[in-house]
Amino acid sequence: MALTAPLVVEFPFTRSLGPVQSAFLTGLRERTVLGVRTADGRVLVPPAEYDPGTAEELRDLVEVGSTGTVTTWSWEPDPRPKRPLRTPFAWVLVRLDGADTALLHALDAPGPEAVHTGMRVRIRWAAERTGAITDIACFEPYGGEERRAHVTPHSGQFADPVTVLTTPARLDYTYTPGRAQSRHLDALARHRITGERCPACRKVYVPPRGVCPTCGVATAEEVDVGPRGTVTTFCVVNIKARHLDIDVPYVYAHIALDGADLALHGRIAGIPCEQVRMGLRVEPVWTGDGRHPDHYRPTGEPDAAYDTYKGLL
Amino acid sequence: MTGHLRATLRDIAVVAFAQSVAPDPGLSETEMLLPVLTDVLAQAGLAPGEADFTCSGSSDYLAGRPFSFTMTLDGVGAWPPVAESHVEADGAWALYEAWVKLLTGDADTALVYACGKPTAGDLEDVLTRQLDPCCTAPLWPGPAALAGLQAQALADAGGTVPPGPGSTVVDGAAAVVLAAGDRARAMCARPAWIHGIDHRIEPHALGVRDLTRSPSTRLAAERAGAFEAPVDTAELHASHPAQEVILRRELRLTDDVVVTPSGGAPAADPVMATGLIRIGEAADRIRRGESDRALAHATSGPCLQHNLVAVLEGERRP
Repeated sequence: MALTAPLVVEFPFTRSLGPVQSAFLTGLRERTVLGVRTADGRVLVPPAEYDPGTAEELRDLVEVGSTGTVTTWSWEPDPRPKRPLRTPFAWVLVRLDGADTALLHALDAPGPEAVHTGMRVRIRWAAERTGAITDIACFEPYGGEERRAHVTPHSGQFADPVTVLTTPARLDYTYTPGRAQSRHLDALARHRITGERCPACRKVYVPPRGVCPTCGVATAEEVDVGPRGTVTTFCVVNIKARHLDIDVPYVYAHIALDGADLALHGRIAGIPCEQVRMGLRVEPVWTGDGRHPDHYRPTGEPDAAYDTYKGLL
Repeated sequence: MTGHLRATLRDIAVVAFAQSVAPDPGLSETEMLLPVLTDVLAQAGLAPGEADFTCSGSSDYLAGRPFSFTMTLDGVGAWPPVAESHVEADGAWALYEAWVKLLTGDADTALVYACGKPTAGDLEDVLTRQLDPCCTAPLWPGPAALAGLQAQALADAGGTVPPGPGSTVVDGAAAVVLAAGDRARAMCARPAWIHGIDHRIEPHALGVRDLTRSPSTRLAAERAGAFEAPVDTAELHASHPAQEVILRRELRLTDDVVVTPSGGAPAADPVMATGLIRIGEAADRIRRGESDRALAHATSGPCLQHNLVAVLEGERRP
């Protein structure tokens, strides 16, 4: 039975905006839409820092209208919480009055029959604005005609400009460790440590990943290893990790379990840090209803000779 | 320019291709990939680790794991270390890198592979992360919505958008072996020689583009030599019926060209392998003698943002 587990990835990217994006997003906070004029006189909204055609640097900011025309659209039946509206809506590309290019956003409309290319729309501003594209809550239908000449030069200067944008993002996954690791984790929960043997080179991999990285062939033969093993190398951890409820200092070691051809990682306890040494014989300790060993402790056996584990360092 | 490189350097061919079929969702990426690698290497008569160069394509965002491609290297017999590279893109772009590597003469054989587990996450959310971070990504528009903008633009311009399915997103893996000159002839009865490959990209802002056109596809096709002679087959990477309409026009495909006989992304879209599969399928048609000159297209990003065109040829039959 293959295991699965929820996996959440969250990353609040922080970006320096530069003069053009800073002016554009600060402008939205002040209910002002800025574009940038290219050398051939086109007005790009949203503004680009470089001409998409010539790569020339663009800094000639202008203010355009907050009304515009839909240039294309698609209906969104799935208004998930991250999206601009809580009810089904239309995604629209809107060419604002005075602009030559279109801006992507949401259009609040009762249904797809109420949306068409060429329809007139206007910005509905968000009540709370921070200097982000979401300061435009959405677009809404608007009866007015297009005003062609609505382009005025703008300095791009605002009090308290937004210079850095932080965009939080959360993605939810279902992680699948695969068949080999699922077998290993199931066995661990039953206090057995298992590896898998390569049919070609006969090496036993712990934990197994289903393939021998030397031979490039599948491993399938499951083998019990340990539970006892030998510390091959170790370090003393003196800095406490966030979210880890272990007192420092502690010893983190590579442990070659008996019968394994690869050392695995584990914490050593039940012995003062300064007494941990290469060759120390250890065994796993399961605590409570843990699905894997909490740590490894000394067995009291004599130390292993260096020659017995030197190939596993 | 790349089309001209070919003439002055050496002949490179696709000599083997394999892909996964409906992999068990309980497999890891490496476990999903391994049988595909075993298959493609056996076709080429190569042992694991024997290819001079290995290049892979995948994206960490699909499975949500940083450096996920390093795990899949277990499957190629990567220890002791092999000469290896990775692109955070569809495997078609990995094939491009491997082709250039072989053109330079640094390698005679290359293993190219791609894999992805797009079902591990929610693609509607995941693919928004490739969009412009200031103006577009914060709105979280999904790929279907963006494809819809392109389809509507095409319909508004008087184009006919045939009804049809979008892509069928599945987990999957694919692999190709490239070889140069006599090595290719020894590995394969009818190698699919790469006449040229080129890839081009549109401006990143959707509102700047004419969504009914794909000038990057046209340019890539020109540079790959697609228009120097007619093709009989075209494997297109289109995740929406409107995209196929646009691609047919930009690639100047006439009605007698067999288009995407594999079924394409509507049949199976293992994201990050889908483009490489188009090249592999086109090469297989040549290898089987069903095509003499085939075009393969791969795309990535919203609304045909980035496009790669490869032109493959079989040797004239007596």
